[in-house]
Amino acid sequence: MLITCPFCGPRDAAEFTYRGDAAPVRPAADAGEAAFFDYVYLRDNPAGPIREHWFHRAGCHGWVTVARDTRTHAIESVVAVEAAAVAEGGAR
Amino acid sequence: MTYSIASLVAGALTGHRHWKPAWRKPAPKPAYDIVVVGGGGHGLATAYHLAATFGIRNVAVVEKGWIGSGNAGRNTTIIRSNYLLPGNVPFYELSMKLWERQEADLNFNTMVSQRGVLNLYHSDSQRDAYARRGNSMRLHGIDAELLTREEVMARHPYLDYDNARFPIRGGLLQRRGGTARHDGVVWGYARAADRLGVDIIENAEVTGFLREGGRIVGVETSRGAIRAGKVGMAVAGNTSRVATLAGLRLPIESHVLQAFVSEGLKPTVDGVITFGAGHFYVSQSDKGGLVFGGDIDGYNSYAQRGNLPVIRDVCEGGMAVMPMIGRARILRHWGGIMDMSMDGSPIIDRTPIDGLYLNAGWCYGGFKATPASGMTFAHLLARDEPHPDAALLTLDRFRTGAVVDEKGMGAQPNLH
Repeated sequence: MLITCPFCGPRDAAEFTYRGDAAPVRPAADAGEAAFFDYVYLRDNPAGPIREHWFHRAGCHGWVTVARDTRTHAIESVVAVEAAAVAEGGAR
Repeated sequence: MTYSIASLVAGALTGHRHWKPAWRKPAPKPAYDIVVVGGGGHGLATAYHLAATFGIRNVAVVEKGWIGSGNAGRNTTIIRSNYLLPGNVPFYELSMKLWERQEADLNFNTMVSQRGVLNLYHSDSQRDAYARRGNSMRLHGIDAELLTREEVMARHPYLDYDNARFPIRGGLLQRRGGTARHDGVVWGYARAADRLGVDIIENAEVTGFLREGGRIVGVETSRGAIRAGKVGMAVAGNTSRVATLAGLRLPIESHVLQAFVSEGLKPTVDGVITFGAGHFYVSQSDKGGLVFGGDIDGYNSYAQRGNLPVIRDVCEGGMAVMPMIGRARILRHWGGIMDMSMDGSPIIDRTPIDGLYLNAGWCYGGFKATPASGMTFAHLLARDEPHPDAALLTLDRFRTGAVVDEKGMGAQPNLH
């Protein structure tokens, strides 16, 4: 599997460390136990398109958001997490 | 037909025309007391124990493919009970005891072979960790022996003891561990359950659940609706997909695990050997192939195929501990989908939905658990209370913080 890092170009997935589903967002500190349980443990685990975080450990040390299909490993897009957050209108 | 030496000899004398299908192919009835979703080892073992141990025979197993087509046919066949934590030790030892009497119980040759499982250690800290694990096992009445380097050398002279980075200092041996024939296990459970009246319904994919009020009262399948007093899910790999049909989100991710078989060799590797420094384990099948594997690929996948980095990693681990493996050709490799739980341990519990029961999260250790998984899940389904040996494998342990984190790695599935 090749991941096209926005900074380094196409690189072997082995250069990256997987952090998992990008969907969960850390709740506010006072959000309560249920919200944190949901954030830490529960996953949609879709069979199909997923957005996920990868860390370019053996490259630029950038965090990227990868849009991938879990049924085929086909990658649709790779963007820096900052760019992904801005595109969503988030302020992360 | 009961299998025996006499039946084999009699059959041989009549040209082996006596063999019959090992289980029926029944059409689904409109309703059962209990429907088990998933015809893998765990689902079939559950159905068998419902009938054989708890006397509930009005049971169906629905399987989306055919028996033996899923992870049951995609694993590395190792059986062992060398666990550390209170939530796991009694459970896996129950499984080991059931393996030891399985062939007699099922009247089927599942080729259980207790040739020993040896975990190698390479440093003082690793020796201490294995000593602690061995002590935990012995406190529970399980066999464990801490071997010195010389004792390991006597058993396995072909390993690389003076590897510059990972010299072998010794190992933790469980002599009662070993291997069993994975296909034989599912066939044996299927046949034994069928003989007790369980309907095994193949090519019936669950597409939804029947509900009345808040309760689940059956399943919709590609072969029609089937009502049930209770529904048990044992669909490793697809747990999230089936749970979604019931509106349930779970602490589970699906990951691919690859395994490998070499060309057939003369008897070479006696027992199961695991490399403590990397992740590599190997045994030799009765056909002669070296069966080996390593880590999961480590990212969410339903693809049932792997990627090259893990193949490279596994082969590097093999070469580090057993250089002679470089002379053998890999004949084939494959990937199976594991439902990785967030703490690396399984879940056998009721769900928040009435009528729906969950058996999931086996990560990549499901094969050795097959008999106890069936026994304890059947106990839960039959009596509505957890089996004592699986009482800590609850679904709400993630909410309460009482996780069973065997590797001490934290809440990320690809670390387990």
